[in-house]
Amino acid sequence: MQSSDHIVTSFDQEITSLNEMIARMGGQVEAGFAGAVEALTKRNSEIANRTIARDVEVDQLEEAINDAVINMLVRRQPMADDLRFVFSALKIAGDLERIGDHAKNIAKRAVTLNSLPRIEPVGSIPRMGRAVQRRIKDVLDAFNERNATKAMAVWESDTEIDNMYNSLFRETLTYMAEDPRSITGCTHLLFIAKNIERIGDHATNIAEVAYFLITGEKIEGGRPRGDLDETSSYGTPAERTDARA
Amino acid sequence: MSLAETEGAAPAQSGQQGGEAAPAVNEPKMTARDANVYYGDAHALKQVDLDIGTNEVTSLIGPSGCGKSTFLRCLNRMNDVIDGCRVVGDIRLDEEDIYHPSLDVVQLRARVGMVFQKPNPFPKSIYENIVYGPRIHGMVNSKGDMDEIVESSLRRAGLWEEAKDRLEEPGTGLSGGQQQRLCIARAIAVNPEVILMDEPCSALDPIATSRIEELIDELRQNFTIVIVTHSMQQAARVSQRTAFFHLGILVEVGSTEDIFTNPKDKRTQDYITGRFG
Repeated sequence: MQSSDHIVTSFDQEITSLNEMIARMGGQVEAGFAGAVEALTKRNSEIANRTIARDVEVDQLEEAINDAVINMLVRRQPMADDLRFVFSALKIAGDLERIGDHAKNIAKRAVTLNSLPRIEPVGSIPRMGRAVQRRIKDVLDAFNERNATKAMAVWESDTEIDNMYNSLFRETLTYMAEDPRSITGCTHLLFIAKNIERIGDHATNIAEVAYFLITGEKIEGGRPRGDLDETSSYGTPAERTDARA
Repeated sequence: MSLAETEGAAPAQSGQQGGEAAPAVNEPKMTARDANVYYGDAHALKQVDLDIGTNEVTSLIGPSGCGKSTFLRCLNRMNDVIDGCRVVGDIRLDEEDIYHPSLDVVQLRARVGMVFQKPNPFPKSIYENIVYGPRIHGMVNSKGDMDEIVESSLRRAGLWEEAKDRLEEPGTGLSGGQQQRLCIARAIAVNPEVILMDEPCSALDPIATSRIEELIDELRQNFTIVIVTHSMQQAARVSQRTAFFHLGILVEVGSTEDIFTNPKDKRTQDYITGRFG
C-alpha cells in the first residue's frame, strides 16, 4: 500500500480512496470477463447480458478515477512515489476500461454464438480464458500488494497467451476449411479469441505500470511476444502494434 | 573528479546504477569536499561533498535549518561575515581553493555573485545600482563604458524595456519583481562565473516568479547557477540537478527528474512528498 503518513491527512484519504476505486474497478472487470467466458462456454445468454450491463459501471468508475487524478494533480502536485501512484492509477484505469470493453464484446458475440449450432473450437476458449483471468488477478494483486516480482512474472508470461491464440487460430481455420457452414460461428469465435488475447496485452500494460510504480524503473528490454508471422495473422501489423502501445 | 568516486559516506546518487556516473556533472565549476560549517559549537553542515556543474542550475532543497543556505554561503565565503562561523573543508572554484589565505575575497565575490531572498537594491538610482560593482572593480573607465554595461546588464536581466526611461529613478521605486531582476542585473554587471540565489522568488508573486525562472533558464547559457528554494515545484522547473539536505547532511543528489520521480533515499522521498513529521 501507498504509505499513508502525509502531513496533510486529507491527501492520505484521497490516496486511499483512489486505491479503493482501482480495486473496485479491477473487481468489476474480473467479474465481467469471467462472466463473458462463462456465457460462451455454458451457452447462457442471460449471463452475457448481465456482463454487458456491468460495463456501464466500469466506465463510470474510470470517469471517477480520471476526475480524482486530475483533482490530485491540481491540488497536491504529487511527487516521487505519490506521483508514480497517481500516474499509474490513471494508466491502469484506462487499461481496465479497455478490458471491460473487450469483455463486453465477447459477451455480445456469445449471445450470437448461442443462437448458432455449437462449434468445436469453443472447447479451447475456457483454457485461454482461465490463463488470462489468472493474469488479470495476478497483476491486480501485484498492484495492490506493491509486489514488483509478481508484476514482472505477469509481464513475462504474455507469450503463453499469444501461443494459445495462435493455436486456436490455426485450429479454427481447419474447421472452417472442413465445413464451410461453420464459418459464421468460427469467425465470431476468432474475434472472441482476439479479444481475449488483447485483454492479455492490457494485463501486460498494467504489469509495466505497476512495476514502474513500485520500483521507479521501467522494465528493461522489449516485450516477450509470440505473434503469428505477418502473413498468416488476422489484423494488420499496425493493428497489433496499436494494441500493445 | 565526480561525486561517484567518493566512496563511503557519499550521499545516494539518484539514477545511478551499477557504478555508472551520476547524471552529467560536465566539468564541475565548483567542488566541495568534506565541507563542514560550525556556528560556535553547533555543527551546521557535516561532511558535504558536492559538485556544481558548469552552466547548470543546481537546486538545493531541504527543510528549514537543514544547512542548504549555509552551504550556499560557503561558495562565496559569505559565512566569513557571520560571527562565530567556522568553515572547514575543501571548496574550489575552477580547482582553486577559495579558502586559501592568499585569495582575495572581494575578487571571489565578483566571480561568485549572489542574489538574496528579499530584493535589496541600494538606495540609489537604477543606473548607480548597476555601475557600483563594475566601478569598484575598475571595470569601467568612461561614461560610455558605464552606459554600455547598464544596458547590457539590464537587457540580460530582462529589465531594460521597463527601466530604460527611468534609469535615474531610485531602484527602490521598482516593483518587487523588478527589484529582484535589478539585483540580478547588478550581480551580472561584474560578469561573474557563478550566481548564487537564496530563495530569490519567495517574496514575489507568481508572475514575477515566472519571469525570474525564465531568466534563470536564459542565464544558464552563460553562468553557473546555484539556487536555494523552498518550492519543490520551482526546483523541479528550473534546475538540472537537485541536492537534498537534511540536518546538515547532504542526503541525496541527482538529476532533478530522478530526485522528483524516483528518489533513492527514504528521507528525500518523505520530504518531497510531504511526509516529514
